[in-house]
This record gives sequence, structure tokens and C-alpha cells, in this order.
Amino acid sequence: MRTNRIVGTAGILTMLAALPAAAQLGSFNPPPGPQKTFALTNARIVPVSGPEIASGTIVISAGRILAVGASVTVPAGAQVIDGTGLRVYPGMMDAGTSIGLSEIGQGANATVDVSEVGSFNPNAQAFFGLNPQSAHIGVARVVGITHVVSRPTGGILSGQAALLNLAGSTAPQMAVNRNLAMVIELPRSGFGGRGFGGFQAAQNASNTQDVNRTRTRQLDSLRALLKDAEAYGKTMDAYARDKTLPRPKQDVVLASLVPTVRGQMPVLMVADRATDIKEAVGFAEENKLRVIIVGGRDAWQITAFLKDHDVPVLITSVMDLPTREDDPYDVNYGAPAKLAQGGVRFAITSGDAGSEARNLPYTAGMAAAFGLSKDDALKSVTLWPAQIFGVADKFGTIEAGKIANLVITDGDLLEAKTNTKYLFIDGRLVPLDTKHTDLNDKFKDRP
Amino acid sequence: MRRLSTIRSFEDSMKKTIRLAATLMAAASVLSAQAKTVATGPGATLITNATVLTVTKGTLKNTDVLIQNGKIAQIGPHLVAPAGATVIDATGKFLMPGIIDPHTHLMSDAVNEGSLSVTSMVRIQDVLNPTAVNIYRELAGGVTTVTILHGSANTIGGQNATVKLKYGGSASDMLFPGAPPTLKFALGENVTRKNSSQIAMPGQTVARRYPASRMGQEEVLRDAFTRARDYKATIDEYKARVAKGEKNLVPPRRDLELEPLVEVLEGTRLARVHGYRADEMLMMLNLADDFGFKVKALEHGLEGYKIASEIAKHGADVTSFADSWSYKIEAYDAIPYNAAILMRHGVVTTLNSDSDERGRRLNIDAAKLMRYGGLTEDEALATITINGAKTLGVQDKVGSIEVGKDADLSLWNNHPLSVYANVDKTFIDGKEYFDRQKDIAQRDQKARERAELEKADANQAPANRRAVQPVLPQEER
Repeated sequence: MRTNRIVGTAGILTMLAALPAAAQLGSFNPPPGPQKTFALTNARIVPVSGPEIASGTIVISAGRILAVGASVTVPAGAQVIDGTGLRVYPGMMDAGTSIGLSEIGQGANATVDVSEVGSFNPNAQAFFGLNPQSAHIGVARVVGITHVVSRPTGGILSGQAALLNLAGSTAPQMAVNRNLAMVIELPRSGFGGRGFGGFQAAQNASNTQDVNRTRTRQLDSLRALLKDAEAYGKTMDAYARDKTLPRPKQDVVLASLVPTVRGQMPVLMVADRATDIKEAVGFAEENKLRVIIVGGRDAWQITAFLKDHDVPVLITSVMDLPTREDDPYDVNYGAPAKLAQGGVRFAITSGDAGSEARNLPYTAGMAAAFGLSKDDALKSVTLWPAQIFGVADKFGTIEAGKIANLVITDGDLLEAKTNTKYLFIDGRLVPLDTKHTDLNDKFKDRP
Repeated sequence: MRRLSTIRSFEDSMKKTIRLAATLMAAASVLSAQAKTVATGPGATLITNATVLTVTKGTLKNTDVLIQNGKIAQIGPHLVAPAGATVIDATGKFLMPGIIDPHTHLMSDAVNEGSLSVTSMVRIQDVLNPTAVNIYRELAGGVTTVTILHGSANTIGGQNATVKLKYGGSASDMLFPGAPPTLKFALGENVTRKNSSQIAMPGQTVARRYPASRMGQEEVLRDAFTRARDYKATIDEYKARVAKGEKNLVPPRRDLELEPLVEVLEGTRLARVHGYRADEMLMMLNLADDFGFKVKALEHGLEGYKIASEIAKHGADVTSFADSWSYKIEAYDAIPYNAAILMRHGVVTTLNSDSDERGRRLNIDAAKLMRYGGLTEDEALATITINGAKTLGVQDKVGSIEVGKDADLSLWNNHPLSVYANVDKTFIDGKEYFDRQKDIAQRDQKARERAELEKADANQAPANRRAVQPVLPQEER
């Protein structure tokens, strides 16, 4: 108990220290307005759940969509927004970011909180690294990205991803689920790991066998940790039922893994090559983990496998250059269409840590230019990511009862030239000011 | 006898292996050089019934464009195809000028000669790889002309190359005829190596090098141009004496470092200056004013919007990113309104990719400028066509669809400012270098070829190989 109290105090100290640090680059995101009753009238509504409504009304109240349809009565006292000439879409979900965890990746280490030291950090939570004043948040939301998955990276067990609404002055105000998913970056087969670490390991290893031996050792360590967590969970349950048993020692690391090994918390497994994806799925099945693939560059090569195993993919590489010289030039642009054809559940993500998350709509648009239907492109950034994370009861379409995350535009949501006119997150009207509009206002008329 | 036959059979197997290797290499080169067989002859081509985005003369619906001898010969409705002309029905399609990317590192085998801070003597044209497959991928994004620049590790990085992406030709075939020569300068974090601990591989450190601050940067530039001015004076003096008829003079020693700087001072070589922060760019413009030359373009110029009037007064162009930002400190104040603000102040502004990846979708970047800053369609298209041509000094030849200009064109299945658009065909000098349908038609054949190659003995894991692999000679090659 004494140890725990010290940890607690250290935690509070860390939080206190984090406040001025978070503010050091400025506070860019204006807070959203209150949750009131709003009525959006005369708008073209694209509910995604069903056919478009040429001219309809949406009523929002207490953060939720209260009603939607062609003939919905505007409640007395509602703030009315005339949507004539405008379109309403469900807010987009970028399920592949680390938004708020890293402000400036190069030359400003103090703004980077995306990775922990060491290989196994299941208790590192994106929620605690989140800077609600990150300029990336404002810039991403004004294109219509209303909620995101932000995940830690690095090591093997990177930590826990959070589901965040992109509005709020504090992490608790933004978090929809601070413990959304566990992130595992399995070491790649044939190389010692990922990124520079993997590159270095590959350089240092005298041959492939050494590399694979290292990998096997890492996988064994991960397996052992997962088994320990399973045992820990059982021990704690037993003690909860029968207090006469010896009181087991608390362990925050193992405790944080229990929902994962019980299949209650999904696991985001980062893999791009077909062999790595298969390895990840195999590892997940062996350990009874509920796997979601992140990356998925070559998933199109193994659609039957992914469909058979019912594994969804968060694809991050639509805009990437092909990796092999003889790949078709549009191999990555066209990958989502092949996943759709093959019946694989997927979502398109920006694949960006934060600042470029705003390219999400154009990424989905690019997939549509190369074979995906426009409807599917829209679903791949709204409904499908919500379904993959089991939050389609709250997000992804414009239906009564869902969280009022809506974007109101003057054109097709996925087109680069389209302007956002209004933005609702969590039933609050969000100002469209960003770091960029501030600087634009400040300098555009400078003589 | 036994020994001899062993040797002979070894030789046979060696010959077979070499033949196989040669076959494999030939096949591999076919695989990688995707467009070598695509480019078709320069005969007349008539593109009919397109929506023609001329960029400089508005949008023409249901219009034909006739290409002859590599040039745009006629533009108008119901043109008559000359005998033997290829006719392309472009009904429902959009024809625009080939995209110009003024700043890329495409097809360069090296970018930075980072050992010194002033390396004006080195040239990109010496390290161009004409078989880089990314050239083909850029063509598939409608790009026809690029400037390939040195990196930004040096205060003065070297001599850039402006090329047309004539994939399948040699590097010298690709050099843009008559394009003015240019010289790369750089300012800011990359030059002062403030991020070098991260650029270095783990376990390595990059040695500090002068200049390590924005102060030293100014001094290095001033020193270089002062030396160049002296060198020019020496040359001019020598030439004047020769002109006067003096005999037996010893000519000044040729200085490859200072020669390009003299050309900048004389205005025959264009200064292209990488800069992010407003203060450092302003320093460069003032320094150029001191020495009496013009900065042709600020590369990236991300904070250009903070000094738009000063840039306009100097007469520099800016080649900017559409919306990249926040990847390092000096990019934190970058805004997507930059291009629009600069253009409203009268600055010739273009978008650049600086990336083989982004170069393939500059059309989408251009469309973003309609959202951020309210550019018109023509203004947005100009940032990836005619404005780039102006910055490169080739606006008389490319950058718009006008009679007499080079037939560098891209044909799209949808309006190129739409994210739903992709390129059907790309032409350079009237020759087709990319055709989406032909590309798709070749894919099955390529997949078969790949499968065959993968089955070949040489590509098997050692344990699965049928023949013993010969030991290749170590030294003599």
C-alpha cells in the first residue's frame, strides 16, 4: 500500500508538471459551446445509414441527435441553423492517428509523448499524453474529423489507444473511451523489429537466423506476459470471491492487460506485409486476442484469409508510394477497392501522427478515384471505423440517439475544395478558428 | 579424367547460370522500366471533344486540340485530323497542361554534398538516374516537368537540373532544352544542423560545421558573394585587356566554386533559396539587394505570408507546400493560406512536392488552395502549371495550353481539381508517356513474368535450389 501511495504522489506531480508543458507552444483550440437544443433545417442530409434526404431537419439536444428526417418539427427554443444549400454528414473518424501525443516530431523532443521507454508498456495510456491544446486538433476537426483513435507507438506492447472527441479543454472532456484498445507492434518476420530499432538489429545481426532468434525471444516474452496477465486476472477474481485467500499483490502492469487477454479490449496490431499480417493474426488467435490490423498495406493480397478469420483492417497506406519496383503505380490507391471486393471489413485512416490527419477525406477520395465506390469511401471514414471499434451505436451515421458529431459543408465532404460551414462535436457547436486561421487573420492584409 | 570432367561440368553449369542470370536481369529490367515500351511516336495526334483547361485562356468545352511535331498546333471545335493522325476521343474528359513540379529530388542518386557548406560546384545533372521507377509514377499523376534540386544541408548546395520526364530516354535526353541554369541555396535548421542528432543514424553523431546559426549563415553567404564579386572583377579585367589587344596574358585560374555565383550575380543563373522562416528569407532578399541580384524563388517559403510585401517588392517567386506543417520547429507557423496570401500580394506562387509521393497528387494540393484562401479554379491550376513554368523560366514553352507551346499535356477522367479524378494519358512533346488503359492491360503479363522469375532456381531459398550456386569472383569484375 505504501508503494502505491508513492506511485500516486508521483503521478500527481507528473500531472502538475504536464500543465505548463502542454501550454508552452500556445493554446490554439477555442473551446466548444454548450450542449443546447439545435435545429439544422433545409439541409441536404447524407445520413450514411440510408438514402440521402434532399431537404430535411436534424434536431440535436443534450449532445445527441434527437430526430432526423424530411418532416421533423423544430422544438420551441431551439437554436435554428438554416442549412439551405448546405450538406450535413456524420463527422469523420480517423482511426489511425497519434493526435495530441506529438506536436513537433523533429527538433522539439519535449513536445513528443508518443512512446515509452522499453518494450512492454501495456499501462502507458495515450489519454495521459494527450495535449488538448495541440494545434493539430483544431486543424483536423475543421475538415470534419470529429473523433479519432489516438495511439501510442514503439516497443512491442506500445500502450493503450484512446477514442477522443476532438473538442474539449481537457482530456477527460475529450475522451469517449480512454482505454479503447491495446497496441502491439509485433517484431517483423525477417527483420529484428520496426523502425530504426529493427533496422539496427538487422544491421547488427550476422544472419537471418539471428534476427529470427531475437524475434522468437521477443514473442516468447510477450506470450509469457499475456499468460501472467491471464493468471493475475484469475487470482484477483478468486480473491474477490473469497477474501479468506491470501491477498494477492497488486500489479498495475498486469492489471492493465487483463481486459486484453479476456478479449474485452481489442488489440491493434501493426503490420503491413502479408506475412506479417498473417503472423499477427496467428499470434492473436493463439492468445485469444481480438485483433484489428493497423497498417494493412498488403492486406489486399490476402483478402480471403482476412475474411475467413474475420479480421478488420485500419489501412494507413493509401497515399504511400508502392514498395516494390514492379508494383502497379496505383497499388496502394487501389487497395481499399480490393478489400471491399474481397469482403474484408476495413476503415481508411490518414495514417498520420497528427498534423496531416486533415488529409483523411482526400485519402478516402483517392481510394474512390481508384475503384472504391463513393458511398463506400464515405463509409470507410465514418460508419466502418465505428463498427470496427464497436461504437457504431454512438458514431458513424446520422440517426436518432447517436452522439451529435456532424459536419455541415458547402460541397462533397471528401473534395479538397469543400468548405466546412458548421461543426458539431458532442452536440456542441465548435468554432472554426485554428492556429492557421489566426495567423491568416493576423497577416493576410499586412501591407 | 575425372577431375577434368568435373571442371567441365562445373563450367557448363556456370555458363547456364550466367545465361539464366542474364535472362533474369533482362526480364527484371523489363519489369522495372514500365514505360519504356509505352512512349509512342511524335506523329500528329488529335484529341477531340475535351474540356480544355488552358489555365491562361479559360476553360473551353467540347474542344479539340491538335498536336503536330511535338507542339500544340491548333485549338478549337471540330478540327480536322491530318492523314495518319492518331485520334483520341476525349468526350467527358479534361485536358490540362502537364503539371510542373518546381522542387523535387526525383531520380537523383545523391542530393547533398554535405562536407562543406558552400558546394556551388556540384551538379545534380551528374547524378540523375533515368530509370528510377518513380518517374513513371509521377507521369501517372500528370507531371511532365520538374526541377530536381540539391538538398538543404548546405548554405549553397549546387546546380539543379530542370528536366522533362521523358521516361525511357537517357538523363541527357531529359534535360529541358533551353531552361535557365539554377543554383540552390538553403537557410535555417537544415543548414545549421540543429536536427542533426536525429538525422544521424543511431550511434552516430554529425560533426558540427560552420555555420551553426542563422548569424553564420548570413556571413557564409556574404563571404561567398564577396569572393565571387572579386573573381568576376578579375575575369572582367582580363577580358577587357584581351579586348584591348594585349598579348601573352596569363588567364585567371578557373574557379568552379565561384563561377556559378558569378552567373547568379550576372543574372544568367537563377537563385533558388530554400527558406522557412520569414526573418531568414528577408535576410536573403536584403543580401541579394546588396549584391545586386534577384532571388528567383524562395523554396517552400512557409512563412512567406508574413513578409509578402517584401517578397513582392524584391520580385521573388515562392514555391510552397499546400499545407504541410509542424514536422519541425521552423514549420510550426506554416499555414495553408500561405499561397493565397502571397498571390494576393502579387507574388508568383507555385506548389511543390519535395517528395516522390506527393508529386503524384499535386492536383489535390492545388484544390486545397480553393478551400484555404479562396483561389479560383484557374488560380489553383496555375499554381501547378503556368506559375511553375515562370519560376523555371520556361513559360514560353510549357505551363498552359496555347498554340505553339510544347505538347506537354495530361488527360483526366474527371476534373483534375477533384479527388475523384485520375490520369488517363500524359504527353510530353506530343509523345504519349503514360496510358492508364495500357498500364492496366500489361499487368497480367507482368504478374506471369514475376511468377516465372520467382520460380527460377536462382530465386529459390538455398535449401530448395536444384543447382549448386557458383561462387562469384570477388575482385575482378
